[in-house]
Amino acid sequence: MSVLVYAEHDNAALNKVTLSVVAAAKAIGGDITVLVAGKGCGAVAEEAAKIEGVSKVLCADNDAYEHQLAENVGDLVAEVAADYTHVLAAATTTGKNFAPRTAALLDVAQVSEISDVIDADTFKRPIYAGNAIATVKSSDAKKVITVRGTSFDAVAAEGGSAAVEALDVAKNAGTSSFVGEELAKSDRPELTSAEIVISGGRGMGNGENFEILYKLADKLGAGVGASRAAVDAGFVPNDMQVGQTGKIVAPNLYVAVGISGAIQHLAGMKDSKVIVAINKDEEAPIFQVADYGLVADLFEAVPELDGKL
Amino acid sequence: MKVLVPIKRVIDYNVKVRVKADNSGVDLANVKMAMNPFCEIAVEEAVRLKEKGVVSEIVAVSIGPKTAQEQLRTAMALGADRSILVETDEDVQPLGIAKALKAIVDEEKPELVILGKQAIDGDNNQTGQMLAALTGMPQGTFASEVNVADGKVKVTREIDGGLQTVELSLPAVVTTDLRLNEPRYASLPNIMKAKKKPLDTKTAADLGVDLTPRVTTVSVEAPAERQAGIIVGSVDELVEKLKNEAKVI
Repeated sequence: MSVLVYAEHDNAALNKVTLSVVAAAKAIGGDITVLVAGKGCGAVAEEAAKIEGVSKVLCADNDAYEHQLAENVGDLVAEVAADYTHVLAAATTTGKNFAPRTAALLDVAQVSEISDVIDADTFKRPIYAGNAIATVKSSDAKKVITVRGTSFDAVAAEGGSAAVEALDVAKNAGTSSFVGEELAKSDRPELTSAEIVISGGRGMGNGENFEILYKLADKLGAGVGASRAAVDAGFVPNDMQVGQTGKIVAPNLYVAVGISGAIQHLAGMKDSKVIVAINKDEEAPIFQVADYGLVADLFEAVPELDGKL
Repeated sequence: MKVLVPIKRVIDYNVKVRVKADNSGVDLANVKMAMNPFCEIAVEEAVRLKEKGVVSEIVAVSIGPKTAQEQLRTAMALGADRSILVETDEDVQPLGIAKALKAIVDEEKPELVILGKQAIDGDNNQTGQMLAALTGMPQGTFASEVNVADGKVKVTREIDGGLQTVELSLPAVVTTDLRLNEPRYASLPNIMKAKKKPLDTKTAADLGVDLTPRVTTVSVEAPAERQAGIIVGSVDELVEKLKNEAKVI
């Protein structure tokens, strides 16, 4: 067996989720090769070469891959996949975007967002927004898989010494182009890898009121998320959404503030180690999954909590 | 221009999902079924493009059981002009669906295909991307804004770090995210009118497509239940528990 792991990065640094994808690759077994596709991404390839358990790094440095356009990356990975039994990518918006293209080009099914590896052909994955867990077996000779990062403990970022090979393959479909992006700038830890996440819901009332969560988060070194209700209401941007259709998080501590606990939201955070809920409605469903519930007005409880930490 | 809107019949999003006692799957007997919510957003977007005069014809298509006719009628009540059902009782999976849709695209030659980013049953998030690959079309997935102009489509996408905008040549595939629009409700007169709109039925064999699943479901289990914890009486008690009991801060 041989596994190709697609590296998630921003051309400057490796995204930590890649370490969890490598962990899934280890559970499958066989040699692990990491593919870094981007522009000016040499530093990322060097970083990938140090990951524990990686035997080779392929670096495809080309203009066509700068913005991870699925048309180009999907083609590239389908070609590189010839030498591997498994192709793994993170179930991020990048992985979800190109991986099904790769699978279709290879005429194989994709197994999406696996949460466990049973053997080289059999995987567990959540369906129905995490209300059921399916064990599925793929009959395809080659497997294209996306991996839910929070379900696998990251391997060590250091300790390996793989060789980096340049891959001179330019795939440019010419049908799509990058126009621009608005990326959230934040000094706080990224939601999916933060040890502590504090999320606000509709109960926050407006975007300005999120300040009390930011203040608390900065004291705890936490990331800040939101429920779909808060995003739909325009309080905060979409990249903060935690839930079935947003980000899936599993921190050591998840603090839900003014969040009722719709199934949609629970699907994105119920694997957190410890859950705290602060809500003035004692009937809120969030209390059914919370380890510690505090029935209180969040505008009093959050500043008080901040003051006592 | 013509737009194709593939839709899926799924369990209604308000229904609480129950795993069958024999772990063979989810219990779908006698539960309410509906159009997948992301597909509703796709239909709405197509209708809005038609209202703006960008689109001239909307064709809805579904690959599934005979009962999926209900969802196609709903799509036509919302504004689709006609629809196609590729009838099958197979447990259809994204690759098979994408192949059937490619065959429909080859026949219909739409300039735009708009579909939901994922269905709320399988949560696969694959069909649009696979169709795009099989037809050689570019794709704008997880769309929160779609603008068609000068033979191109500009799509703003919801990505992990924020928003990204890409420009695609036509024909193209767009998959919808939640904030693209808020779907309307079908009015009674439109529901009546939809009954008279054309609905063609085909089979996979007509299209020359093999829908055999490549992935088999070994078992389906309910997720590990999380036990409710305790209600603390004060912020002080919460801080004490987090420090000394949970040891997370």
